[in-house]
Amino acid sequence: MRNWEKTSLLIALSIVLIVACAPRIAPLTATPTPAEPAILRVMTHDSFLVSEALIAQFEKENNVKLSFLPSGDTGAALNKAILSKNTPLADVFYGVDNTFLSRALDEALFEPYASPRLASIPTEFKLDAENRALPVDYGDVCINYDKAYFAENNLALPQSLEDLTDPAYKDLLVVENPATSSPGLAFLLATISHFGADGYLDYWQQLKDNGLVVVNDWETAYYTNFSGSSGHGPQPMVVSYASSPPAEVIFAENPLTDAPTASITAPGTCFRQIEFVGILAGTPQRALAEKFVDFMLSVPFQEDMPLQMFVYPVQPEAKLPEAFVKYAQLPQEPAALAPEDISTNRNAWIEAWTETVLR
Amino acid sequence: MIQPATGTALKSRGNWGVLALWLLPLLFLGLFFFAPLISVFKLAGEAAVTAAPQANLLDRITRPLGFTFYQAALSTLATLALGLPAAYIFGRYTFPGKSLLRVLTTLPFILPTVVVAAAFNALIGPRGWINLGLMNLFNLTAPPLQMLNSLPAILIAHVFYNTTIVIRVVGSAWSQLDPRMEQASRVLGATPLKTLREVTLPLLRPAILAAGLLVFMFDFTSFGVILLLGGPQFATLEVEIYIQALHMLNLPLAGLLSAVQLLCTLGFTIAYSRASLHLNVPLAPRLQGEGMRRIRTWREKLLVGVTIILLAVLLVLPLAALGARSVVRLEADRGERGGVQTGLTLDYYRELFVNRRQSLFYVPPIEAARNSLVYAGTTVLFSLTLGFLASSALARRARINRVLDPLLMLPLGTSAVTLGLGFIVVFSRPPFDPGSFPLLIPLAHSLVALPFVVRTLLPALRSIPISLRQAAGVLGASPLRTWWEVDLPIITRAAMVSAVFAFTISLGEFGATSFLARPEYPTLPVAIYRFIGQPGALNYGQALAMSTLLMLVCGLGILLIERMRLPGLREDW
Repeated sequence: MRNWEKTSLLIALSIVLIVACAPRIAPLTATPTPAEPAILRVMTHDSFLVSEALIAQFEKENNVKLSFLPSGDTGAALNKAILSKNTPLADVFYGVDNTFLSRALDEALFEPYASPRLASIPTEFKLDAENRALPVDYGDVCINYDKAYFAENNLALPQSLEDLTDPAYKDLLVVENPATSSPGLAFLLATISHFGADGYLDYWQQLKDNGLVVVNDWETAYYTNFSGSSGHGPQPMVVSYASSPPAEVIFAENPLTDAPTASITAPGTCFRQIEFVGILAGTPQRALAEKFVDFMLSVPFQEDMPLQMFVYPVQPEAKLPEAFVKYAQLPQEPAALAPEDISTNRNAWIEAWTETVLR
Repeated sequence: MIQPATGTALKSRGNWGVLALWLLPLLFLGLFFFAPLISVFKLAGEAAVTAAPQANLLDRITRPLGFTFYQAALSTLATLALGLPAAYIFGRYTFPGKSLLRVLTTLPFILPTVVVAAAFNALIGPRGWINLGLMNLFNLTAPPLQMLNSLPAILIAHVFYNTTIVIRVVGSAWSQLDPRMEQASRVLGATPLKTLREVTLPLLRPAILAAGLLVFMFDFTSFGVILLLGGPQFATLEVEIYIQALHMLNLPLAGLLSAVQLLCTLGFTIAYSRASLHLNVPLAPRLQGEGMRRIRTWREKLLVGVTIILLAVLLVLPLAALGARSVVRLEADRGERGGVQTGLTLDYYRELFVNRRQSLFYVPPIEAARNSLVYAGTTVLFSLTLGFLASSALARRARINRVLDPLLMLPLGTSAVTLGLGFIVVFSRPPFDPGSFPLLIPLAHSLVALPFVVRTLLPALRSIPISLRQAAGVLGASPLRTWWEVDLPIITRAAMVSAVFAFTISLGEFGATSFLARPEYPTLPVAIYRFIGQPGALNYGQALAMSTLLMLVCGLGILLIERMRLPGLREDW
């Protein structure tokens, strides 16, 4: 009996091994009949979210099956697309932002597509004249503050980047490392836009002397260090997004009547991130890819984005949800830098920053 | 000092037998490790030709390299300092709650670093339980303990993560030691300390070396802990590789740094296999529980008590803090900074089952748990099969082993980012893309698990006295029968330990394999990352609830593996 049991175990193990090692025969030979939906592959960053119903509708109308490929944060996803550009993993890429745009264009990642829906989008968002990368959404990286802290301590809000070096705000600000975090980089770019490439390091030195706290990622900054989030940390000011306050209301544990946090939107203190979509060069599904890009720029998708990804639509006709109108502030004069400038200098800027602030 | 016996390795029937055993493991390493790695180095080389030369290149390599060695050495020493006494009490004493404590001390190993950061934050963070308690006790207005973002935080987190390696590897060897040797030493008049130094430790040296090397490799390639708990002023090689590859898009420098890391790893493993070559002493398999004893004297009570308390504080308390935080609402009263209104709630768990925003990427927790378990089970199967083959080959005497042994350990010390990028380059086409080849993920997990399996199985295989096999042969058993009746029962304990490692590695892995993750098969760690990446108290709570679920699933899985008995084999320890 014992031997029988052992032998059967051995046989079972060998079968599993053989099955596991046998190469899968992919049904490559089957030619898609018209009734069978084609597959469109969409590569995105991890923050991409969309309502199920919208996608189902698009799939039905175009007889297509969408296959999404979340590929890490903005930098990681773009890097994956670049590394695999000779055998593209997808047909459409969504999620390159204005800090990485030039890099993506230099690598000739995208095919141009002049979507008819571009017409109604304001020119300030259309950063690529050749329409290889089409704007989809934007969001502002701003300093969020804990309303209760400022109220209790009768502290006035800082009105400019310079104000943050005031001793009144000593030890109150936490920022993310621009080398590892996309909002961190955006805030660094805001200071470079304001103080210039030869002035921003002095400014950061002053911030450092005023008790600046630096952490590596948004999660730590927001949940561990920021006092306005559920983490109740020690700093009442954090570099986050202008759309974080409505998120605090929507994802509150108990229904809130007001956002516990707000953004500082004084001129020049916020940096605007614009996100783009592009058709990956060499796609065999060009026609479907065009349809999907049009779909992303259409009003239903644009109206779905704010509550899924907490970003603003670029289509002016798209209506904003109530929580956005009520709790999100839109800075009137966000800082801006040309994508080519960012692309040429980003590594040097980040390294100089690292030497000044971290070493 | 006991003389190491030299005749333990099996005489091989020529190199062909060994080569046949190596076939599958080598094929596996070639396809899933060397091919991706070489493709990335090739790309980095091509990019380097066109790129501008790096300024102060040497400085940019030596600075992270120095810190990497420094923190890895400190962390390994700290881990051994806690792990060896713990391995002793697990290997030598029976006490109530032992198996529960063993499972609890294994759990840290599976947790994604984001969750560990959250756990430490819930415990020692500015609003963690300890600071809240101290503030209430002494009426303080500010949190007295500032632990996060410092070198001690890195060391504590590494001890938290890796002590289980020492407990499992050394503890299992300790429980297998022949107690008669120690008894003989005592009878001959040696003090307990002398017995420990001259009998026990030399016998345990292979296990301690193996555990130390595994811990060191983990600390050496540490990444999430440094980023999240160490803060921005600390950078290991792996952190630099991550920044250069994924944020600066500087592939040449990233490739160079990972080559440096790989060379270091190769150096350790070669040194290790040299050092461990003649360390193994043949030991007859012992009866179950033979070396185990109850705690009797006050000295034993003190030792066991202190060790358990240390384990509880360093390993179990952060887990408990995490679990507690997932069922407690911690809402500060607006306008009253000091006071915190707490209350019990199951909202976070309830919310996990609701797709509130009708999102396409919503992950039902049951499905995530099922995917995780299926991957983990498959990983155990793969890595144990490959591990048995490789360690059987290594246990034989053949020249080729000297070259191949260090290769097996390499995946553990390889940059996860580099390997992950390699996966993308190599596995981007059918039939080997993650979409059409779902086995890719457990195979990639096995890559990390295999070194553990081999390092756990090999000392056990080498410790089998040749006389037992010869006796079986003389009595007419075929080689296969000998393996089945002699080898297998003796290495069961080691096989169980390696199964637990493979299982936990697969459940918690979020390194290289996250590059392969597919939205169709989300795992528990993937789901946790989705929640923690968004603002709002509910999302944070759900991430903690999901992490607690991960711990429960893993704990149950480990219990199940440890309860599982291969047919006809002895009781496990």
